[in-house]
Amino acid sequence: MTGNRNIVIEALLRLHVLACLIFIFAPILGSFVFSLNSDRFPSLPLGHFSLEWYRLIWEDPFVWSGFFNTVIVGLCVAVIATLLGFGGAYTDYRYKFVGKNVYLALALLPPTIPVVIMGLAMLAFLSRINLSGSTISVIIAHGVMCSPFAMAIIRLRLSQMDPDLEAASWNLGGNEWATLRHVIVPFARPAIFAALFITMAVSFDEFAVAWFVSGLNETLPVKILGFLQGQVSPGSTPSARLPSSARSR
Amino acid sequence: MTMTPTTSDAIVKLDGVVKKFGDFVAVERADFEIGRGEFLAIMGSSGCGKTTTLRMLAGLEDPTEGDIWLDGERVNGKATWDRDTPMVWQSLALFPFLTVRENVEFSLKMRSVGKAERAERVHKWLDRMQIVEFADRNISQLSGGQRQRVALARALVTEPEILLLDEPLSALDAHLKVRMQAVLSNLQKDLGITFVYVTHSMSEAFSMADRVVIMSRGKIEQIGTPQEIYHAPRNRFVAEFLGSANIFTGRIVERAGENWMVETDYGRFAVPASKAAEKTVGDSVSFIVSAENMQLGPESADIPGISARVVGEEFVGATAMVFLETESGEELKVQKGHAELAAIDHRAGASLVVHWDSEACHVLPAE
Repeated sequence: MTGNRNIVIEALLRLHVLACLIFIFAPILGSFVFSLNSDRFPSLPLGHFSLEWYRLIWEDPFVWSGFFNTVIVGLCVAVIATLLGFGGAYTDYRYKFVGKNVYLALALLPPTIPVVIMGLAMLAFLSRINLSGSTISVIIAHGVMCSPFAMAIIRLRLSQMDPDLEAASWNLGGNEWATLRHVIVPFARPAIFAALFITMAVSFDEFAVAWFVSGLNETLPVKILGFLQGQVSPGSTPSARLPSSARSR
Repeated sequence: MTMTPTTSDAIVKLDGVVKKFGDFVAVERADFEIGRGEFLAIMGSSGCGKTTTLRMLAGLEDPTEGDIWLDGERVNGKATWDRDTPMVWQSLALFPFLTVRENVEFSLKMRSVGKAERAERVHKWLDRMQIVEFADRNISQLSGGQRQRVALARALVTEPEILLLDEPLSALDAHLKVRMQAVLSNLQKDLGITFVYVTHSMSEAFSMADRVVIMSRGKIEQIGTPQEIYHAPRNRFVAEFLGSANIFTGRIVERAGENWMVETDYGRFAVPASKAAEKTVGDSVSFIVSAENMQLGPESADIPGISARVVGEEFVGATAMVFLETESGEELKVQKGHAELAAIDHRAGASLVVHWDSEACHVLPAE
């Protein structure tokens, strides 16, 4: 018996899933196909197979410096944001204090601020304290933006912890630091790793704020925007294989 | 065996201990001692302050007033990790990310015991708790009874003088509970250390403990051996808490030979004057008659007693508890052997007379 199943609804749901997959993967697949095309512009019919665009990118020092900047920023941000996020989450788990709701709201606020405003504010602030235009600036800005994500993940994990676990560790002779190291951190370990990866991915991806504060130490997304805007001759990299509307000024 | 600790023999001494959380008084005033090697149960319903008392002994809470003495040392403000007062938690609080062995090893590691000695002592306790074969398993792979044993091994591995237990058996099913009671009881006798056992279950407290502390709303209602408490509850609360006593309240109207005659809502009853020597005519008095000392008779019998209607019956092992209702709607309880009950028509709705021997009365001293 099919029970409550309805063929029409089922077909529509399948179509929905299929459409989601197409919209997510088709552009990526498309860029990949055109990146192996010898033609200058992404158009059909395809020219012949070529790895030329990859060679050009490989040989472009700007791409490499952008890439290394991105990796360094991503790694530093992941560590810093996860540390801050863990601290924030543990404070929330462990302590009750006046104004805790305000504390939580402030700690989780940064992702709700429009990135353009965030970028401008960061630029204004960092340049005032002479920290703008360097890799450090991007690390600071991204650290601010990413730590709420880390905090949210770790907070969720800590909320699943048996509230007696920490007290049990104290009771068994572990002082507060030993308990943090031997009980809280091991319990939160999956969330800590998740936070490291997600904050790194967010930093990798983030473009607008990095564009404001990075100065000459551009990260890869900022560099790609530069290519698209024609600071480097368009068409010299596969990133130019994007729809032409994105390249128009 | 009963143990009445003297000051020199006490391992724990609570001296006017009060604990408040804001305006809420969790423990109103605790003044008692716990003897070395004693099995003490603290019993009461939830929120009575029993767990707070235990947590103060463990050093997880600090008393608001009063002093706690542990082995001759005043321990107010001493952190729990600096005491050796391990606790077995109601939730067990085993570390889910550690194996059985690592759980048991934990407190030795925290105390920087060397690796070889750690392994040896852990093995000894795993062996004693009969969980050696599970040493390298995760906690999630164990049954309830096995987890219980891990929790005990983890708490006892430092070989403390005192073990605190916070309703450790409440999560187990009835059958396992009885088996673990035997395990705990034997363990305490073998080790000869002090057990402080918090529970809401009378059967657990009375079957294991040397002495029982009964608490209600932060107050200690009575301290005594199970026998003392059962046969001579100090006040109405304890009598009601034990659940098998019938309570009567009245006023002494006259002396008749060796008895006071007490006028109650159900009539006039004799209470041996020796059991309420300090009372006199005109005083109000409360007395109890436990369910097993009550007698049932047919209504026609010419015995002074209380007429009541049977409302139900509960099977209690070799005996049955018969519940009756008086004309005014009060409940009476009579506990009798099945053979004795078979001779009496006690179907629901039957009218019977409940009576008792005046010697079976116990006067509540604190009322």
